[in-house]
Amino acid sequence: MAGIEITSLHMRYPDGTVAVEEVDLSVRDGELFVMLGPSGCGKTTTLRAVAGLERQTSGTIRIGDTPVDDLPPGERDIAMVFQFYALYPHLKARDNVAFPLRAEGLPEAEVRRRVEDAARMLQLGPLMGRRPQRLSGGEQQRVALARALVRRPRAFLMDEPLTNLDAEQRTDMRAEIKHLQRELGATMVYVTHDQVEAMSLGHRIAILNKGRVEQVGTPMEVYDRPASLFCAAFIGSPPMNLVDVEVADGALRGPGGIALPVPSGLPDGRPLVAGVRPEALEVTAPGTDGAVRGRVASVEALGDETIYVVECEGEHDVRVRMPPTARFAADAPVGVRHVGGPPPVYDRDTERLVA
Amino acid sequence: MGTVATYGMRKAFGEVQALDGVDLEVPDGAFFVVLGPSGAGKTTTLRAIAGLERLDAGSVHLDGRDVTGETPGARDLAMVFQNYALYPRHTVFENIASPLRVRRDPAGEIAAAVDEVARLLHIERLLERRPAQLSGGEMQRVALARALVRRPHAFLMDEPLTNLDLKLRVEMRTELSRIHRRLGRTFVYVTNDQVEAMSMADQVAVLKDGKVRQVGTSAEVYERPVDRWVASFVGSPRISLLACHVDDDRLVGSQGWSLPRPRGTTAEPGRPLLLGLRAEDVSVERRGEATVEGEVFGLEPLGDHTLVDVKVGTETLTVKARPTVAGRPGERLSVTVDLDRAHLFDAGTGLALSGAGR
Amino acid sequence: MAGSLVARARPARSSPRSGPRGRVRKTVELALLAVLVVAMLFPVLWMLETSVKENRDVYAVPAKLVGFDLTLAHYRDVFVGPSGGASDLSVALLNSVVVAGASTILATVLGVPAAWAYSRFTLRAKKDQLFFILSTRFMPPVVVVIPIFLMYRTLGLIDSQLGLILIYTAFNVPFTIWMMKGFVDQVPSEYEDAAMLDGHTRFQAFRRITLPLLLPGIAATAVFALIFSWNEFVYAIFLTSSREVRTAPPAIAGLIGGTTVDWGLVAASACVFAVPVLVFAYLVRKHLVAGVTLGAVRR
Repeated sequence: MAGIEITSLHMRYPDGTVAVEEVDLSVRDGELFVMLGPSGCGKTTTLRAVAGLERQTSGTIRIGDTPVDDLPPGERDIAMVFQFYALYPHLKARDNVAFPLRAEGLPEAEVRRRVEDAARMLQLGPLMGRRPQRLSGGEQQRVALARALVRRPRAFLMDEPLTNLDAEQRTDMRAEIKHLQRELGATMVYVTHDQVEAMSLGHRIAILNKGRVEQVGTPMEVYDRPASLFCAAFIGSPPMNLVDVEVADGALRGPGGIALPVPSGLPDGRPLVAGVRPEALEVTAPGTDGAVRGRVASVEALGDETIYVVECEGEHDVRVRMPPTARFAADAPVGVRHVGGPPPVYDRDTERLVA
Repeated sequence: MGTVATYGMRKAFGEVQALDGVDLEVPDGAFFVVLGPSGAGKTTTLRAIAGLERLDAGSVHLDGRDVTGETPGARDLAMVFQNYALYPRHTVFENIASPLRVRRDPAGEIAAAVDEVARLLHIERLLERRPAQLSGGEMQRVALARALVRRPHAFLMDEPLTNLDLKLRVEMRTELSRIHRRLGRTFVYVTNDQVEAMSMADQVAVLKDGKVRQVGTSAEVYERPVDRWVASFVGSPRISLLACHVDDDRLVGSQGWSLPRPRGTTAEPGRPLLLGLRAEDVSVERRGEATVEGEVFGLEPLGDHTLVDVKVGTETLTVKARPTVAGRPGERLSVTVDLDRAHLFDAGTGLALSGAGR
Repeated sequence: MAGSLVARARPARSSPRSGPRGRVRKTVELALLAVLVVAMLFPVLWMLETSVKENRDVYAVPAKLVGFDLTLAHYRDVFVGPSGGASDLSVALLNSVVVAGASTILATVLGVPAAWAYSRFTLRAKKDQLFFILSTRFMPPVVVVIPIFLMYRTLGLIDSQLGLILIYTAFNVPFTIWMMKGFVDQVPSEYEDAAMLDGHTRFQAFRRITLPLLLPGIAATAVFALIFSWNEFVYAIFLTSSREVRTAPPAIAGLIGGTTVDWGLVAASACVFAVPVLVFAYLVRKHLVAGVTLGAVRR
């Protein structure tokens, strides 16, 4: 296994659009590194540059300690798993998995041994004799994974491998990929737009937006202190509430009279945005001390918790996480109160974290 | 009135039995969700209600009237498709106006109706564009507008939010709930995402292999699943199931653990059972007599909470813990179980034992 | 077990086209390609030259590749007969237009709805039906020309435009169905579902929504059907004889034979014959590309 160094990567298309702008990333050996962002943010383009499927305009990529910029994909010693599995439809699963090894000219005994190993790791045993059209989406993706595994690459590149699966299959495959990566100690660069997937799988997450890296950190770092408004809105389900505030009288004050504890050192009067997580709020009876008035727009009873979407005075909808025992009805007048410590605060113009 | 009912619907595609006797009763004005994994027959159910699939057996009733033989156009239903199915050569205005034009409504009324619906969904400025120029979220709204404009008997929705990214999906969920409450009409909504189902439904019908497994409110389906399959399918993270049997007044696990028998449960001693525990009903912090020993297998930090996978022998127990919880793989620990909220299932049939815990 | 799947170092391989060995390979490839190009294009070039050469240059020995006078006399002879009226060839060309055009239109009108039905509905033994339809094109049409001739003689269709149109349509319909089904498969049936829910009948939905989206596919399919009908020789020769009915391929072939052959006229006729299809294909060239890939990469 090897680490991957991406230095000053810049990718510009002939028509002028900049897909990736000065991206610096460092993936450690044995790490599951997630690149997270909305479509068009440059994460897939960066991955394809690492794979060698696209050529960067400038910047270098090293796999291990080797600069790979001039090597075609087949010689970079990496394996890729695609969103649409890309299994050869006319070959059985077993032959799909064996394909890259046979293409390299490995002796058949060795090919057979590696294929059996991979099949066992991914519990594909009885499915190996089938053709892709007789396999479910999740099974096809496991075969694609096995095909990547047998090559024993220095790193795995995964391009939104779970996006095509339905919710149940996705949860299962997620656990399987995580388990596989931990057991092999494999270096994996994993691209996704699903932040739950990123949080659950990644050792570290890089959030990309419009071709730039906005933040790199562990899941908890990225969740607790998002570096910009974009990251704040992107990570967390339900999404973080962003409240326009100003420092006044020793607190962060916002519309409807909401008052939040303020971290020290912020000047009065500067236009700011506070990032308030749904679990940092609570829904109360209207008129409760310190609560802002509002009306319940919708109730999402998820079983282990209930999410209230509340229309507060002068604000967009505010989302509040409550225990399942909470009993407020839709359209009911309620109060929303902040509980918890000082929230992360952002400058309204630069959109970056200031406290 | 907007009731929808189906009785004994059966439909096969070649050798595959897509619908195997589907009975549904959708009350007037309800947000009724049909939930199930892919291949369960949810889309076929919806298409049968719409009249796009002919049934092998069974019937569809709208407002008590048997409409099984009627064409889709005659049933006065509106449908929103997963990939929106907007007419690519028509403008947004023409797309939304389409059902009214077929009815030959006067042009003035059509324009007024389209404007009203466009304002409701915040797409007024898109009316002259073509579908190819719209984003996924905008196409979604246009598809909704096309359905809403006619005020049909009921709305059918086939996984309409699946193709949207998370942020849009969460917003649209709230919006759909709002629109539903405002209109007071019946919505029949199909999805494979149980979080989506739980968050929006007045009632949920859980479908598997063409059969309805359970119908109830979100709370009922979550707290009183009728069998182990429904219990596993609904709820995130998945419910943990541990093999055990009753021995006098204890529950004895196959992995060697022992817990007090949950109140109100009865089972013959020795009968193979499954103890179902939701992650939020197991704790790494409280101490009490209902504890199980295990080993930390993995930690999943999800922001507002962390999931701890605890290995109990060869079985796994998932525990919902505070985000700050720390633990290393291999570390031994005790977890406390809330037996009042535990489920018991027969290991053979999978059915829930009556009176298990609540 | 984890260790067995961890990577080991591997030497880099170089591309087959680099290095001194690669240069020789490149030269050989180029030489072969040049030979192929010449072999394929030379007859066309020669034909073009012959059509504008004076008769004395046509028969000149050694043959002249360059340096001859140009004349349009042969082209005039294609259209104007010896007595000043329309030549036999011009009548034949017109017959070709009528027969090929009519059979293409007919095959499209029959084939497109059939393809749509095969695409949208579940039918008994659908795969077998489709295979049977395609299988009619497995054999060379000439194999059944005798039975068809006998059938036509009984029906009185010998030496008639209608007879040719019918047989060309019969050969084109299976091909049209096969190609169009691929195109119809690419248009999601949800459009028609949505239209039906809006209140249209199934046919209205097809006509208003699906058909406009199929136009590129229809254009591509029509070009191929037209090419077949236009170039068809065997049936034209067997089933027609009179000047009024005969199409261009037999007419042009009829110029060759006898004591002397007017090669200039033959060449000019061939050039004129090639033009209409070239023009038509050029007009629909964008749609032809759609036909070639035939939706192979759709997910």
